[in-house]
Amino acid sequence: MDHISPVLWQFLQKWLTHFALFPPEASKIAPQMDALYFFMVLVSLVGLTLVVLLIVGFSILYSKTRHPHAVQIEGSTILEATWTIIPLGLFLIMFVWGALLYFRIYTPPANAMNIYVVGKQWMWKVEHPGGQHEINALHVPTGRPVQLTIISQDVFHSFSIPAFRVKREAIPGRYTTVWFEATTPGTYHLFCTQYCGTNHSQMIGDVVVMNPDDFRKWLDSSTSGDSLAQDGERLFASLSCNACHNTRPDARGPSLANVYNSRLTLSTGETITADEAYLRQAILNPSQHITQGYAPIMPTYQGQVSEEGVIALVEYIKNLDSDYRVQQTLNTTDLVPESAGGKPVAGAKAPAAEKEVKP
Amino acid sequence: MSDSTSTANGAVVEVHHEHPPYQRHHFESVDQQFDATNFAMWLFLLTEIMFFGGLFTSYLIMRNWYYPAFVEASHQLNIGWGTANTAVLIVSSFTMAMGVWSAEMRKKGMLILFLSLTWLLGMAFLGIKSIEYTEKWEKFHVPGLHWSDSSFLNPASDPEVYSEYHDKPLAPDMAAKTEMYFFLYFAMTGMHALHMIIGISILTFMIIRARQGAYTTGHVTYVENFGLYWHFVDIVWIFLFPLLYLISRY
Amino acid sequence: MSAATIVSLPDQSTARIPKMNFLTKENGLLSWLLTGDHKRIATLYLISISFFFFVGGSLAGLIRLELLTPQTSLMAADTYNKVFTMHGVIMVFLFLVPSVPATIGNFVIPMMVGARDLALPKINLLSWYLYIIAGFMVIYTMAAGGVDTGWTFTSPLSTHYLNTHVISTGLAIFVAGFSSIFTGLNFIVTIHKMRAPGMTWFRLPLFVWSNYAASILMVLGTPVLAITLVLVVLERTVHIGVFDPAYGGDPILFQHLFWFYSHPAVYIMILPGMGVISEVVSTFSRKRVFGYTAVAFSSVAIAVFGFFVWAHHMFIMGISNYAALVFSLLTMLVAVPSAIKIFNWAFTLYKGSITFETPMLYAFGFMGLFTIGGMTGVFLGATGTDIHLTETYFIVAHFHFVMVGGMLMAFLSGIHFWWPKWTGRMYPEKISQLAAIVTFIGFNFTFFPQFILGTLGMPRRYAAYPPEFQALNVFSTAGATILGVGYLLPILYLTWSLRYGAVAGNNPWQATGLEWQTQSPPLTENFPEIPIVDHEAYDYEWLERQQEKEVASVG
Ligand code: HEA
Ligand code: HEA
Ligand code: HEC
Ligand code: CUA
Ligand SMILES: [Cu+2]
Repeated sequence: MDHISPVLWQFLQKWLTHFALFPPEASKIAPQMDALYFFMVLVSLVGLTLVVLLIVGFSILYSKTRHPHAVQIEGSTILEATWTIIPLGLFLIMFVWGALLYFRIYTPPANAMNIYVVGKQWMWKVEHPGGQHEINALHVPTGRPVQLTIISQDVFHSFSIPAFRVKREAIPGRYTTVWFEATTPGTYHLFCTQYCGTNHSQMIGDVVVMNPDDFRKWLDSSTSGDSLAQDGERLFASLSCNACHNTRPDARGPSLANVYNSRLTLSTGETITADEAYLRQAILNPSQHITQGYAPIMPTYQGQVSEEGVIALVEYIKNLDSDYRVQQTLNTTDLVPESAGGKPVAGAKAPAAEKEVKP
Repeated sequence: MSDSTSTANGAVVEVHHEHPPYQRHHFESVDQQFDATNFAMWLFLLTEIMFFGGLFTSYLIMRNWYYPAFVEASHQLNIGWGTANTAVLIVSSFTMAMGVWSAEMRKKGMLILFLSLTWLLGMAFLGIKSIEYTEKWEKFHVPGLHWSDSSFLNPASDPEVYSEYHDKPLAPDMAAKTEMYFFLYFAMTGMHALHMIIGISILTFMIIRARQGAYTTGHVTYVENFGLYWHFVDIVWIFLFPLLYLISRY
Repeated sequence: MSAATIVSLPDQSTARIPKMNFLTKENGLLSWLLTGDHKRIATLYLISISFFFFVGGSLAGLIRLELLTPQTSLMAADTYNKVFTMHGVIMVFLFLVPSVPATIGNFVIPMMVGARDLALPKINLLSWYLYIIAGFMVIYTMAAGGVDTGWTFTSPLSTHYLNTHVISTGLAIFVAGFSSIFTGLNFIVTIHKMRAPGMTWFRLPLFVWSNYAASILMVLGTPVLAITLVLVVLERTVHIGVFDPAYGGDPILFQHLFWFYSHPAVYIMILPGMGVISEVVSTFSRKRVFGYTAVAFSSVAIAVFGFFVWAHHMFIMGISNYAALVFSLLTMLVAVPSAIKIFNWAFTLYKGSITFETPMLYAFGFMGLFTIGGMTGVFLGATGTDIHLTETYFIVAHFHFVMVGGMLMAFLSGIHFWWPKWTGRMYPEKISQLAAIVTFIGFNFTFFPQFILGTLGMPRRYAAYPPEFQALNVFSTAGATILGVGYLLPILYLTWSLRYGAVAGNNPWQATGLEWQTQSPPLTENFPEIPIVDHEAYDYEWLERQQEKEVASVG
């Protein structure tokens, strides 16, 4: 190998010893994706070989030296139909196969564990339901479907894990989801793949896949004390949501217990499913969808809660399965000013808000 | 290929075959020249449709999202002026059509008259538009530059408006979206007004040329194509008027 | 490869370039700047787009140099972002979109249809001026500090979060857009209304068909881009608008509007090139294009379907799964006509009498590289694989294969093919064959590794990247240097040939197009007498009879 320059050889070696042609397959979907990919490579190779063979073959057979006089041919319907139908058929196979994968990747199973991801210039913030926060890292267990609910608080980003073959755009103003089930423990790349400004290439991190046991240990060791829903509960109190959303008979707002995933009738007569996106919208743009029987009096919280705050609120509302919990929240409100620790807002604001909602 | 002939007053002019002087050298016949330029104008109008199409699409989507805000905001437009402007434009389309007819009939005086009328009506349109724009400015309805949504808020600062249209005041977050309506209002009517201004500038030039007798010698292509443009700009307004002024009024 | 050739040059000892031709008709800068002659305007375009190609190419050189090492070593991340944005903007809007249509198309279409000029010569000149204005605005932008939105101007990044020169770039593209609208409009009118007697639609050379299809896209697609950019500029200036969610707008709407143009734009960028390939493959195999009608209609099919696939750029951007399904299906359909063309060209060779002059070599390059580029487009069009491959170097490789391996090769093929017509002189054959081969090798070295990089997951638009990607990036950069040499060579020898090239005569390739039946360089009026067409396109027998007649009448 002396005729290869040593520098180049070094590079070559480095590349060959690292993964050569594919990133590791570390999720359940990865081998399926690669199967389709191989199929496509195969078809392309066959197609390309065919084209090259035709060109080279004809060039040799019918070069001017060998074949000085061209024979005029109009065309051939049969041949042309052949090379219309065969590629079309192959493309349609790719289409169907690809669509099956696509629907799989973007339709999370019901039992998936939900993790929230917020993108911002230029970092990823990950929020586990247990209240664990991560920055530019994502810890997940093997053997369990994990759903990511992704949003951006500024520009487009894109959450990409090549080893899992999944990727989803983080869009300002709306939630997107993707799911995967990790299979192989290890540390993998996490990239922002949508150009998002100066430090786009620094918006990277690690995805750490762990055994379920290790994962549980990790969860326990990195919790901040409160779960996401508890954070939400505190916000619910401190933003005085419970001034209206309470269970008193004279409450101005609807009860939020069990509202998640229920079908709501709007004042326009339409019905709508109260998913995460709806809940988020209800907090930030309340007057866009008015629930039937209520006045459009809810103030907007745009600019008052961060995207993470909204996530906490949403998580709290999702977990509200009885009015009893709200009642509890009400009781804690009175105590909160001291216990909120570092967030001395709740008590001070509540009465003011109460006044505000007078007609 | 070309020969020289002397005209009645003795001047020698170069003539391609028996071509009239306005025929450009690369066309084979006047018919071809007319066909080609006319066809080009239609194509250009097609691009214009796509151009405005982008705005209309944006408008319809946003209207769908922020319906109440768009309804309330559209009530702030002055229907009277809007209707007046529609009438002005329809009449101007008529005078323009008459202008084309006069050119075809080779009636120079009529042509100048109708072109001038069209010019005046175009200016009238812009005048009325600027009255409306001024009103928007005074009411703080110019998005980004001179804006306040207080006239849509609860409680309304502009009770007159509400009593006039029986509007319900909007919640603050929805009231804020009225700015989007006015953004689109200015973008669309502004783009339309720009087309009017371009049209009027060309008209000015054409009136001067008409007085020199350029279009009454059988060469109507120019007038005819400009007529197409003018009608197109009117038609855009015919779409804008209901969409912006009328659509959600009771 | 055999030494056989079809080139038939006049006796060099006596041959002269005709005294009277479009180049010598009038002299002085003004006669050029105020010309209405489509051939002169084409020449102006050729000079200006070559200039911008080298500007864009130098920026590509900077990109490749920066990517030699994993860290940001040559320039700051900011600068890198500006460099690739300017590279994309210049290459797409100032080079590739006008490349074949505004230069070669402008030059030959009137002659091919048997007309004296385009239908609207003044509009033609206007579109060159618009192009130049746009060019100056882009240069101003670069001088003033550049812009770093990426060529896709993604909102809200472009509308809210950047303080670089988005407005001047946006307006530059707006102006360039009108330049291409006017070119397209001119072509459509010319092809409809200016055909010579006897020149029916199905006697038109396929180059005309494909430019016609591309013109439809220019006329209907570009205005949407124009209005989108107006909205971006307004949003930046008045801070309210329809795209930025912070103002209540919808960023996805921007994506829809942008790609509604920019997908058709990629076909604007390939169809005219496909036209060149049809001419070249037919001429150098002495045969009518196999299945003329299929090739003609496939151009139109690409144009029509091309309008309904734009959302395949948004598969991961939160369009609904079902919308993705529809757009994916349509993407598959639009890929078929391209495959038809490739096979039809390949079968044009069958029983031909093939020679291997430079244009033919470039055409072969096109067919191979476009097949790879197009097939990888299908990878991206299948929704599932797109999830993994989108926004990585796989896309970068895909579009360089179709745009550089496809269109740029076609452009070079066409330039060499019509060079003798244009200048009256031949380019030097041997060295240009060498250049074609160098380009082909350099190209594969540069962009093939990027497919692997993309599959491995390396994101595009990264100034710095994880070190394990370095080896492949080094290959790519090394390839780019070879490629650069491949592109420098033509500039040198083509300039040389302007003075020293062999005199070409009317029809050195013995091609059948009407443009070859007139003198080289042509007269300002193209033809002394408007031809009357009584034969199909690519009728080599007609050509032979014609030549016999001439010999007979001279003798
Ligand atoms: C000249 C420009 C050009 C051309 C012609 C094409 C052609 C095609 N492109 Fe490409 N594309 C771009 C330029 C181009 N593209 C650019 C610039 C981008 C990126 C923009 C950005 O984000 O910056 C892009 C991005 C892009 C995407 C978006 C990816 C993403 O963002 O996620 C997609 C997805 O569907 C796609 C698909 C296709 C397809 C299906 C074709 C088809 O038309 C190809 C059809 C051709 C063939 C299919 C080849 C012929 C095949 C054969 C001869 C073999 C057949 C044989 C057998 C099957 C046996 N392209
Ligand atoms: C017509 C379109 C066109 C053309 C011809 C090219 C040509 C080239 N491009 Fe281009 N490229 C785009 C269109 C094009 N590109 C677009 C649209 C993007 C996306 C931008 C975005 O993301 O917004 C892009 C992005 C892009 C990237 C990705 C950047 C990133 O995502 O981070 C890279 C990286 O390798 C690249 C490389 C090259 C190279 C090496 C060439 C070569 O083919 C160029 C070869 C030419 C020369 C080299 C010039 C001639 C030689 C000299 C002047 C001598 C000096 C040069 C050297 C010594 C090297 N391009
Ligand atoms: C001024 C009283 C008021 C306050 C304060 C208030 N809301 Fe509401 N909220 C309402 C009313 C009234 C409705 C029903 C009308 C509507 O949909 O806007 C509602 C609807 C909702 C809904 C939609 C559920 C449904 O059934 O339509 C959600 C979710 C919600 N509020 C969450 C919150 C949260 C979280 C907060 C605090 C951050 C909050 N609200 C503060 C009055 C209030
Ligand atoms: Cu975030 Cu790129
Ligand atoms: Cu596309």
